Amino acid sequence: MTLLMPAPEPEILSRRDELLARLRAILPAQSVIADETARRAYDCDAFTMYRALPLVVALPETVAQVQAIMALAQEMNVKIVPRGAGTSLSGGSMPLEDGILLGLSKFNRILEIDYENRCARVQPGVQNLAISKAVEAEGFYYAPDPSSQIACSIGGNVAENAGGVHCLKYGLTTNNILGLEVVLMGGEIVRLGGKHLDSELYDLMGLMTGSEGLLGVVTEITVRILRKPPAARGLLLGFSSVEPGARCVGAIISRGIIPGGLEMMDKATIDAVERFQPCGYPDDAAALVIVELDGTAAEVDLLVGVVEQIARAEGATTTKVSTSEAERLQFWAGRKNAFPAVSCIGPDYLCMDGTIPRGKLPEVLTGMEALAREHGLRVANVFHAGDGNLHPLILYDASIDGDIARAEALGADILRLCVAVGGVLTGEHGVGVEKRDLMGEMFNEVDLAQQMRVKCAFDPAGRLNPGKVFPTLRRCAEMGAMHVVAGAMPFPDLPRF
Amino acid sequence: MTRLAPRDETELAEALRAANASGAPLKLTGAGSKTQLGRPATGEELSLAALEGVTLYEPEELVISARAGTPLAEIEALLEAHGQHLAFEPMDYGPLLGLAFGQGTIGGLVAVGGGGPRRIKAGALRDHLLGFRCVTGRGEIVKSGGRVMKNVTGYDLSKLVAGSHGTLAALTEVTFKALPKPETEQTLLLTGLCEETSLAALRAASGSPYEPSGLALLPRLTAPLRLDVNAAAIRLEGPAISVARRLDDLRALLAGRGGDFEILPQAESAALWRALRDAAPVAGQPGQAWRVSVAPSDGHALVAGLREAGASLLAHFYDWAGGLVWLCFEPAPDAHAALLRTVIGRLGGHATLIRASAEVRAAVDVFQPQPPALAALTRRVKESFDPAHILERGRLRAEF
Repeated sequence: MTLLMPAPEPEILSRRDELLARLRAILPAQSVIADETARRAYDCDAFTMYRALPLVVALPETVAQVQAIMALAQEMNVKIVPRGAGTSLSGGSMPLEDGILLGLSKFNRILEIDYENRCARVQPGVQNLAISKAVEAEGFYYAPDPSSQIACSIGGNVAENAGGVHCLKYGLTTNNILGLEVVLMGGEIVRLGGKHLDSELYDLMGLMTGSEGLLGVVTEITVRILRKPPAARGLLLGFSSVEPGARCVGAIISRGIIPGGLEMMDKATIDAVERFQPCGYPDDAAALVIVELDGTAAEVDLLVGVVEQIARAEGATTTKVSTSEAERLQFWAGRKNAFPAVSCIGPDYLCMDGTIPRGKLPEVLTGMEALAREHGLRVANVFHAGDGNLHPLILYDASIDGDIARAEALGADILRLCVAVGGVLTGEHGVGVEKRDLMGEMFNEVDLAQQMRVKCAFDPAGRLNPGKVFPTLRRCAEMGAMHVVAGAMPFPDLPRF
Repeated sequence: MTRLAPRDETELAEALRAANASGAPLKLTGAGSKTQLGRPATGEELSLAALEGVTLYEPEELVISARAGTPLAEIEALLEAHGQHLAFEPMDYGPLLGLAFGQGTIGGLVAVGGGGPRRIKAGALRDHLLGFRCVTGRGEIVKSGGRVMKNVTGYDLSKLVAGSHGTLAALTEVTFKALPKPETEQTLLLTGLCEETSLAALRAASGSPYEPSGLALLPRLTAPLRLDVNAAAIRLEGPAISVARRLDDLRALLAGRGGDFEILPQAESAALWRALRDAAPVAGQPGQAWRVSVAPSDGHALVAGLREAGASLLAHFYDWAGGLVWLCFEPAPDAHAALLRTVIGRLGGHATLIRASAEVRAAVDVFQPQPPALAALTRRVKESFDPAHILERGRLRAEF
C-alpha cells in the first residue's frame, strides 16, 4: 500500500460510543450500521485497490436526518464521507476509519416529472438509468449515460460530474442538471437553481457538480430530460491501425458533424471483446471506430453517407452501416462489454481516464506502448474518441507480487504523458484518492491553494471527505482564508469560522 | 483619476497584490462596454485591454483560447472564417445600453456570462468555458480547467468565474469550445394566438423531437417584426434537408391550435434571432429593463401577475419557450423591484435589473436577493478569491 490517508484521530475513535448513541437518536436502529461484519460491505467503492472500515455507516432517509447528522458531525468534529451507489472508479467514497460513511441509498424516489418544463426532480439515490426508464414512455430520456448506469446513482453522478458515450453532443452531468438541494456541514440547506435556467450570482451548482463530495451533501437534484431523437444509426469502421482511425475521427468533426457517439477500440480490446462474446467485429481490424448519428431520419441518412465517404477516404478496411435497431445495438455490444471482456484476459485491470487533445492520439498511443513495455505490462485501449477521453486498461495480476505497484506506476506515467501533451488527469472518473497524488502534475501550489480555499468556504473544519482530491491536507487558517488589512479584518460584522 | 493598465499577467498580479495589501478597490475594464451592468462598483479603473490576442485556435479540436482583452468581434470573425461559432450565442448589450454594436472583449463576456436564444439547446457560456487563467483578488496567478472537451480534474472553477462580474479574479486568458455553425436555418412563425396559447405551443415544440434552437414569443407590435398579432417564433437549424423536414413535422404538430403559419427563410430568420438575442423588443423602449429567468410554464404567470398588480409595462417578450422574460417598465425609483420580486417569490426563479440609471442600480438589489445561508456562502466563496474585497466592490451587492 502506497496510499496515505489522513491518520485516524484517536480522539474521534475514543468517542465512538457517544457518536453511535447520538446517531441512533436521529435514525432508526437499522439505519445505523455499527457491526463490523455489516460495515465490511462498505469498505470500498468500485476502486477496490484500497479499503478501509468506516467508523459507522449511517443511512438516513429524510433531509431532516441528513441535516441532523451534518450538525452532529460538526458539533462532535467527526468526518463525513458521502456515498451514493459506491461505483466510483477513483475511490471518491472510500471510507475513513474515523469517519461516518453517509449512505444516500434510501433517497431513492423520483419526486416529480414535469414534461411541460422538460425536467424531473429526483432524490440522489435514484439510479441513473431509472430516470430514463421513468420517462421513456413519453419519448424522453436523461442524456448522461456512464457505463455503470444500471448501478450508479444520480447523486454520485453529480458528485463526480459523470459523463458517458454521448458527452460530445449532449454534455456531462453539469450540462444536464437544473437544480440542487444541498446540505452543508453544520446542517444548513441551500437550494441552487430550480426549474429555471442559469444561476443568480455565482454558479454554485456548477461548482458543486464534480466536487467529489467535498463541499456538501446533495439531497435533491432537478435534472433536465431530453426528447429522444427519432432516428439513430450506427457505423462500424475498421482500420488497419490506430492512426487512420484517429484521422477519420478528426475528419468527421472537421466536417462540422458532431455525432451522438464516437468511440474507438484498439486491437487488444477488439480481441478481448470477441473472445468474451463474439459480436461480429472484423478480425482484420487493428482499430475500430463506432459512430452513432442521431436526429431526424432525413438528417441521419444524409450524415451516414458523408461519414461513410470520409471513412473510405481515410482508408477504412471495413465500413458497415446499421440497417436495423438490432444491428445498431450489436455494434455497441462489444464496446459496452469492453471492461468485463478485458477483465477476463487481465485478470485484473486498472482503468485510467485521461483526456488529451484529440490530435495527439497517435503520439500518446505510441508513448503508452513504450511505457507499458518499460513496466512489463499490457494495456488495452478504449476511447471516447470524439472528445479525446482515453480509457487505457492496464492489465495486471493482483496475485503476482509487485504487480499492483507496477500497474499504479504505469498508470501514473500514462497520466503524466496525457498532461504533457496538453491534456488532463481525469475526464469523467474524478480524482478521488486514485489520482490525488498526481494533482501536482497539472496544478501548482498556488492553483491548488485556491481550490482548497474554495473548499474552506464550504467546510472550514475540513471534515467533509478529507483525504480526497488534494494531495496535502492543510488547515484553512493556514492558507490565509482570513485576510487582515492593517490590523483590522474587513467587514468585522461577518461571523468568522 | 489615474488608470492602471498592466501590460501583462505579471504586471497585473503586481497591481492586484498592491491593492490587496492596501485594500484599495479596483474596477476591471476591457472595452468598457459593460460598465452599466450590475450595481455601480467603486474604485480605480484597471484596464485589461493590453492582454490581447488569440493564443490558440485548433478548429479540428473545437477549441479556442484568447487573452481576456481580445475583442469578441475578432474572435467571432476568426471562428466564422472556419465555419464555427460560440454556440451559446452571446448577447450584444450595445443596443440595449445605448452603445454601439460589436464592442466588448472576451473577458468581459465571461464576466457577465449568460447565453442567447440557443441557450435552450446548446447551453450557456458556463457550458462552453473549458478553462481559464486569472489573477485572484489576492494577486495570485491561478489556472483552472484545461483545453480539452472533458475534464473533471479539480473543482470546476470555470463555472464560478462565468457570470461573476469580475468579483473573484481578473481573467487573463480564457478557453472555449468552438462548435460548427449550423449549415442553414429557418424560422416557423405561428401568429394570431393569445400569449398563453402561443407559449403552450412553444412548450409543445420544446418537448418535440424536432430540436428547435430558438423558441420566442413576440407580443403584437413588438420590434423587430412589429406584426399586428402575437408571433411565436421557432428556429430550426441544421442541414437544409433536415430543416425542411422538421418544419413540416412541426407544422403538423402545431396544427389545430389555430393561428397562421409563416416561414422566415435564412436571412430573415438570422436577422430576427440576432435582434432577439440583443433584446431588441425592449431595447428600443426608453424604460427600465429586467431580465427574468423562470420555469418556462411560469413565464406567462409572471407577466399576468405583474399586469394584475397594475405594473406599467412598456414592452416585454419571451424567449426560451417562456423561461426567459424581458420586461421594460415605466421608470420608477425602485425600478418596480418590490412588485417584481413578490411575483417571482411566488413562482421561483430570478430577476436581474439590466438597464436603469446608476442611482437606481445603487439603490435596489440588481441581482436576486438570496436566503441567509446562501448569501453567507456566496460571500465566503467571494472571500476565498478576494479576501479584501478589492475587485468590483459593490458590483453584486451593496455589502461586497
